Amino acid sequence: MPNATYIALIPLLPLAGFLMLGIFGRKYFKNTSGVIGAALLLISTVLALYTAYGYFFEYGKVDGVYQKLVPLKYTWLQFSENVSIDMGIIIDPVSVMMLVVVTFVSLMVHIYSLGYMKGDERFPTYYAFLGLFTFSMLGLVVSSNIFQIYIFWELVGVSSFLLIGYYYDKPSAVAACKKAFIVTRFADVGFLIGILILAFHSGTLDFNTLITTLTSPETEGYKSAAAASFMGVSALTWGLALVFVGGAGKSAMFPLHIWLPDAMEGPTPVSALIHAATMVVAGVFLVARLFPVFAISSPNALTMVGYVGAISALIAAIIACTQTDIKRVLAYSTMSQIGYMMFALGVSKYGGEEGLGYTASMFHLFTHAMFKALLFLGAGAVIHYIHSNEMKDMGGLRKYLPVTHITFLIACLAIAGVPPFAGFFSKEEILLAAYEHNTAIYWIALITSGLTAFYMFRLYFNIFWNAPSPLERAGGEVHGEHHGEGGFVMMMPLVLLAVGAAGAGFIPFGHFISSDGKQLNTEFHLQFSIAPVALGLAGIFIAMWMYKKQNNRPDKIAASLSSLYKAAYHKFYIDEIYTFITQKIIFNLIGRPAAWFDKNVVDGMINATGNGTKDISESIKGLQSGKVQSYAIYFLAGVIGLALLFIYWWT
Amino acid sequence: MNLSLLILIPLLTAAAVLLMRNAAQVRWVSLLGASAQLVLAFVLLFLFNQQRAAGNTAQMLFETQYNWFPSWNISFHLGVDGISVAMILLTAFVVIAGVLVSWNVTKMTKEFYFLLILLSMGAYGFFISLDLFILFFFLEIAVIPKYLLIGIWGSGKKEYAANKLALMLMGGSALVLVGLLGIYFSGKEHSFDLMKLAALNIPLQIQMICFPLLFAGFGVFTALFPLHTWVPDGHSSAPTAGSMFLAGISMKLGGYGCLRVATFLMPEGAKEYANIIIILSVIAILYGAFATMMQKDLKYINAYSSVSHCGFVLLGIGMLTKTSMTGAVMQMVSHGLMTALFFAVIGMIYERTHTRQVSEMGGLLKRMPFIGTVLFIVGLCSLGLPGLSGFVAEMTVFMGSWQHPDTFRRIATILACLSIVVTAVYILRAITKTAMGPLKEGFELLTDATWNEKLAALILIAGIIAIGIAPFWLNDLIAPGAEVIMQKLAIPK
Amino acid sequence: MMQPGLYHLLFISTALFFIGVYGFFTRRNLVTMLMSVELILNSVNLNFIAFNKYLWYDKMDGLFFTIFIIAIAAAEAAVAIAIIINLYRSHQSIDVENTEDLRY
Repeated sequence: MPNATYIALIPLLPLAGFLMLGIFGRKYFKNTSGVIGAALLLISTVLALYTAYGYFFEYGKVDGVYQKLVPLKYTWLQFSENVSIDMGIIIDPVSVMMLVVVTFVSLMVHIYSLGYMKGDERFPTYYAFLGLFTFSMLGLVVSSNIFQIYIFWELVGVSSFLLIGYYYDKPSAVAACKKAFIVTRFADVGFLIGILILAFHSGTLDFNTLITTLTSPETEGYKSAAAASFMGVSALTWGLALVFVGGAGKSAMFPLHIWLPDAMEGPTPVSALIHAATMVVAGVFLVARLFPVFAISSPNALTMVGYVGAISALIAAIIACTQTDIKRVLAYSTMSQIGYMMFALGVSKYGGEEGLGYTASMFHLFTHAMFKALLFLGAGAVIHYIHSNEMKDMGGLRKYLPVTHITFLIACLAIAGVPPFAGFFSKEEILLAAYEHNTAIYWIALITSGLTAFYMFRLYFNIFWNAPSPLERAGGEVHGEHHGEGGFVMMMPLVLLAVGAAGAGFIPFGHFISSDGKQLNTEFHLQFSIAPVALGLAGIFIAMWMYKKQNNRPDKIAASLSSLYKAAYHKFYIDEIYTFITQKIIFNLIGRPAAWFDKNVVDGMINATGNGTKDISESIKGLQSGKVQSYAIYFLAGVIGLALLFIYWWT
Repeated sequence: MNLSLLILIPLLTAAAVLLMRNAAQVRWVSLLGASAQLVLAFVLLFLFNQQRAAGNTAQMLFETQYNWFPSWNISFHLGVDGISVAMILLTAFVVIAGVLVSWNVTKMTKEFYFLLILLSMGAYGFFISLDLFILFFFLEIAVIPKYLLIGIWGSGKKEYAANKLALMLMGGSALVLVGLLGIYFSGKEHSFDLMKLAALNIPLQIQMICFPLLFAGFGVFTALFPLHTWVPDGHSSAPTAGSMFLAGISMKLGGYGCLRVATFLMPEGAKEYANIIIILSVIAILYGAFATMMQKDLKYINAYSSVSHCGFVLLGIGMLTKTSMTGAVMQMVSHGLMTALFFAVIGMIYERTHTRQVSEMGGLLKRMPFIGTVLFIVGLCSLGLPGLSGFVAEMTVFMGSWQHPDTFRRIATILACLSIVVTAVYILRAITKTAMGPLKEGFELLTDATWNEKLAALILIAGIIAIGIAPFWLNDLIAPGAEVIMQKLAIPK
Repeated sequence: MMQPGLYHLLFISTALFFIGVYGFFTRRNLVTMLMSVELILNSVNLNFIAFNKYLWYDKMDGLFFTIFIIAIAAAEAAVAIAIIINLYRSHQSIDVENTEDLRY
């Protein structure tokens, strides 16, 4: 068994960093906070690597199957005898892999930010938030309880909110952070209700027990979940679908993706960490965590996952081709790649060779973290140099940013699926899994992979080739000389990630991660990979033809595809639809009437009671005239009345 | 421990306040008294847990009983269970914070503090009474000072608000009184004693009449739809400490009364009326949330959100499961701390900017990092961020509510769940507009919180985080109390 | 000469009572109203005396009551006149129409 203490330290060290820098940073660690944060994370990374080594090569495997170990579990909130929220650590192949990815990318971002955020006024706060995020994300991946994952799920959401809104005096950043929080929050309601359904039927919140209960048809929980139905769909499918809604929100799946492009308002290293490599894959991770239940008990929900993933992948790829803000292009590309991971899970089955999609998805998650973080950090270096996000301000930068140029190129080749870079291997596995199980998704994926190559190289050529930007012609060189590429701290992460992006594909992933924990041998089919690679290369060449030198071909093509181009440029008007729903329907048709109703009807009722009392007293106050003689008359009349009463009616 | 101390200490403090010569003395004496209350509350918690750990399973601990009005069977009967201890802790936290944020009150300082302390005495007395008559007595003590606090030290439409609040709460009290008398005369042996009545099993037809009376009466205090309209006006016109006490303590009197008196004594009535309670509380939750979305004044925002949040208290009670009731009490504690903190922050902002309109503020984080950060913490607590108290309470209510397999309660729970999105919308709108964005003109010279404000905020934040990070202690405190009520509910007639 | 009987006395007393009531209702002068009140009181006295004499001649209760009422009436007159004097000082009038301050 692993030692729980040092595994617990992996998330707790960043938390300590958050508390220390958050409370005292402003006063005592004005300049050293970055180094402190990075040092703490370095320890975490080493511990994570050590854990991974121990798990995969020493104690994790029993009889050829990787075990799910729970070295630490602590009851946090007891609801009833069996139902409780526990804070625990689960160690299985996926969580160990995620530990490594999160700590590694986070460490790279911590180091990179030393240069990128240098001189920022709120430097300690920035590192505090990074620490909070890293803690939450690590807590999320090791969660042993479905409610624990929800807790950390919300915490990563709020760290993302805080970091997107880091430049809080920029109105666009404020709007973006609000949007990100609310959209994911909306999805989280689905997640919450899904948890309630699953917990009710399985009678537990613990992952291991829950999965066991809901995958064995003889248990009471499974029977009740399968029997109970609502609108013709079983409770189990409802529960899983709703949990997936939560995952889709966090992972920016269509139609809940609208927050991700806007989230690029945050500092670029943050985008690399949160909105590319780690937090946005939480949805994939969640589905992977519950994969046995999806695959064994509710194939319908899994099919839905597949289609949502495929549609997201395609739509995002199309939109990415038209965007001009380089971070937005990368954001859509992220969404598209996460779509890949999702549908890879969607087409997978549980156990053995059939579980190829699962392995492929996790593989792609791993490689994607490397090359996408690299792309973002590279874009960060470009933005740092040129102080703009717009493609039209860039061009010809390969001379000034040589390291960035090479590493960016590696990342682009990796994402385009060119052998022998990392993306090639993971993507081939995904395509193979799709080919074997669902032809429709396979074709969508194939088209998307061509588009991916095209838009990535459109980005690459626009930044590093093409014509020199207007900015540069106006004396950018002088500006560049004393600015440089950002020094060692910014270049080192790029190089390390580039090594990962180039070499990660050679890891025999199936040996470590598979749907049932057994070893999965993936074969390499040469004839199968001809089509995707050819498409990828075609995409690259088209991009080169259009964007390497300045010319008017892009405009011509855009004009010839005018309506499609316009729709894609406007992101298929999904944002507008949301604005319409929220502003027009929710605000005007629910919020305003509610406020009006309260002010006029409910409050009016109370005021009417008050005024009614007043009116009645107004109308009878004349009796209190102050005239002694009228009082005497009332008195006499009363006496006579009483006398009559006594004389005639009483007896 | 003698529970009368909880009444005596505020009483002595109030008397001492009246004897002081100047404002400074008044403040320090009040602070001393409030600190003594806090210490006492912690001692109570400690002794209570010690007794429970030692295996004392009596429903009420530290019972004391004095003759009060023997011919009517009224006795001064005190005692606490876990629910009361939780509420007493909450009161102590809010009182000390309220005393601290009122440091700058210059108008009739002595009377102001006197009323605050008196109010706290009413609240303590209410939470520890085991005799319905003195329970009612303390309820009234907790109402009257509010009228004066709003009427004298308030702002805006203060006369209107004070009248409305006092009349509506008095109306609620009247319903409560009628209900109490109904219970009193129900048995052969007339009694106001809670424990005796609980053992007696009140006849069904009496329950059917008295339960709605008592529930609606206490419901007025805890913003039961549609009797909630005193909440927005009352809170927004009250002085800062007044709003804190109102939302942090007074609204909890109602929730506690609904649970301890109405539901505990009349379980059959509770079962009969459960559906109505659920419908009304879901309306309050959603409708309060949507109404909040449209508010422009920070105090109104928090007041309407209180309506929404207190809906969870009533929902938890209406769902009649152990978990949901535990959640209801947790929500009372959590909401009390959180909303007191929220009002405190709004007060701090108002003192500096002289406005409460969201649209007139912006970028406050830049000039007031402490206040801005507190605003973020309290906002995030309100929208249910894990690690802060609101999340724990709401999730417990949801978990408890979902235990019923019928569609009606399922739908009610789902609707209640949806409110967390709406809450996120209005809270984020409020805090991003005030704290973030470019700094508004004219705000360049604002100063950050002073020591007393910082201390008040930190005390409340400590409470919020203590529940948010480690909810088990609160759960262990409350759940046995809810369990007793559940046992009573399960008794078949 | 005819001996007056109970009915006679009751008739006188009733007449006195209603004269007093009439006076009380119609006069605007407070002193006159006071006098009317005295008439009413005296009609009651007469009643007491008459009943005592004709029905329970062996008892003294009626007489006691009468004396009691006379004493109270004297005190009442003193107080009432004091009030009227004060009223005159403040209102420059003892007209009942002018003394309506004590109303809603």
